Amino acid sequence: MKVAITAKGVHLSDEVDPRFGRAPYIMIVDTETMDFEAIDNSENVNAFKGAGIQAATMVSEKGAEVLLTGYCGPNAFKTVEAAGIKVVSDVAGTVEEAVEAFKTGPVEYSTGANKEGHW
Amino acid sequence: MIISVASGKGGTGKTTVATNMASALGEGVRLLDCDVEAPNAHLFLNPEIGQVEKVTTFIPEIDDDLCTACKKCAEICRFRALAVVGGKVLVFPELCHSCGGCVEVCEEGAIKDGKRELGTVESGTAGDILFSHGRLRVGEAMSPPLIKKVRSINGNNSITIIDAPPGTSCPVIAAIKGADFVLMVTEPTPFGLHDLKLGIEAVKTLGIPCGLVINRSDIGDNGVKEYAAKEDIPVLLEIPFDRNIAEAYSVGKLIIEVQPEWADKFRDLYNRIEILARC
Repeated sequence: MKVAITAKGVHLSDEVDPRFGRAPYIMIVDTETMDFEAIDNSENVNAFKGAGIQAATMVSEKGAEVLLTGYCGPNAFKTVEAAGIKVVSDVAGTVEEAVEAFKTGPVEYSTGANKEGHW
Repeated sequence: MIISVASGKGGTGKTTVATNMASALGEGVRLLDCDVEAPNAHLFLNPEIGQVEKVTTFIPEIDDDLCTACKKCAEICRFRALAVVGGKVLVFPELCHSCGGCVEVCEEGAIKDGKRELGTVESGTAGDILFSHGRLRVGEAMSPPLIKKVRSINGNNSITIIDAPPGTSCPVIAAIKGADFVLMVTEPTPFGLHDLKLGIEAVKTLGIPCGLVINRSDIGDNGVKEYAAKEDIPVLLEIPFDRNIAEAYSVGKLIIEVQPEWADKFRDLYNRIEILARC
């Protein structure tokens, strides 16, 4: 299964970035093989608005089934939900630790945004 | 003659100047309160409101039967009000700036005219003065289209006085663009001067002649006057920090009601503006 994780760097040993739309990198990790792709999200970091929507669209296009992140806003949540992606929020530690914790469980999926929209 | 009363900083006295000047001039004047996020000129003019018009703006509405999820609409939208996921278009109405680009690029004709309410425009009369103001819907973030709607109310008057919102961003530009003169109201403090400079830069970029009213002119320092002299901006009126004026304001009264000699000063202010605007 592919999971998307917001990250501060391009390695599995880098920290999870708590922001979704404006995280510098979004990692797409295969939970079976631990193969990964680090996607440069810098275009969204500087976006005027709609960073979460754009990041959610991208994660959906990469085929991720689950999103591991810190905070997910209302527009981002609406988009990932429409894409059929489940969200695990309040994730911390390194990318590798986050994936391991997800694999070993228990996993609690979010039922809504855990952050207000930015204006 | 269209005069926009603006400021960089909020709370400098835009409404005080706009309402007193309008009232002193009387017949033939239309006052447009374009501070649609917090209109307050009506508190001083007590207009009788006759017409109330709801103002809406275009937002895309997707016909799922015609939509092929080709993503062209999402790609052209620079405000990301549209996203395509799971084979469907999602619309985020509050992000839409109503440009209509999505309609233009949709080859399937799948985008219909939807509407988002921006607010209302209320019009009426206050004595001899024609009065209109906008009220932005609570929760709405985009005020320029509503301001433009307020400004479109026209005719039967020779002088239009616009009470602009504070700041220097899009709503202010919407309230001053196309005016014959911008009257900047400031207070003689470092904070007032800082924001005045930003406001003047915006006005100069638009190429509109401008002048200054210094409110609470006997407080603060000399910075505003020094700046005005250096930039060659005329100081057209000074209003002192007067307890009587402040008390009148606090109960919704005009300066010219409690100190009638100010009516002449506001008429003079207009006369000087008229000369400067024609230069």
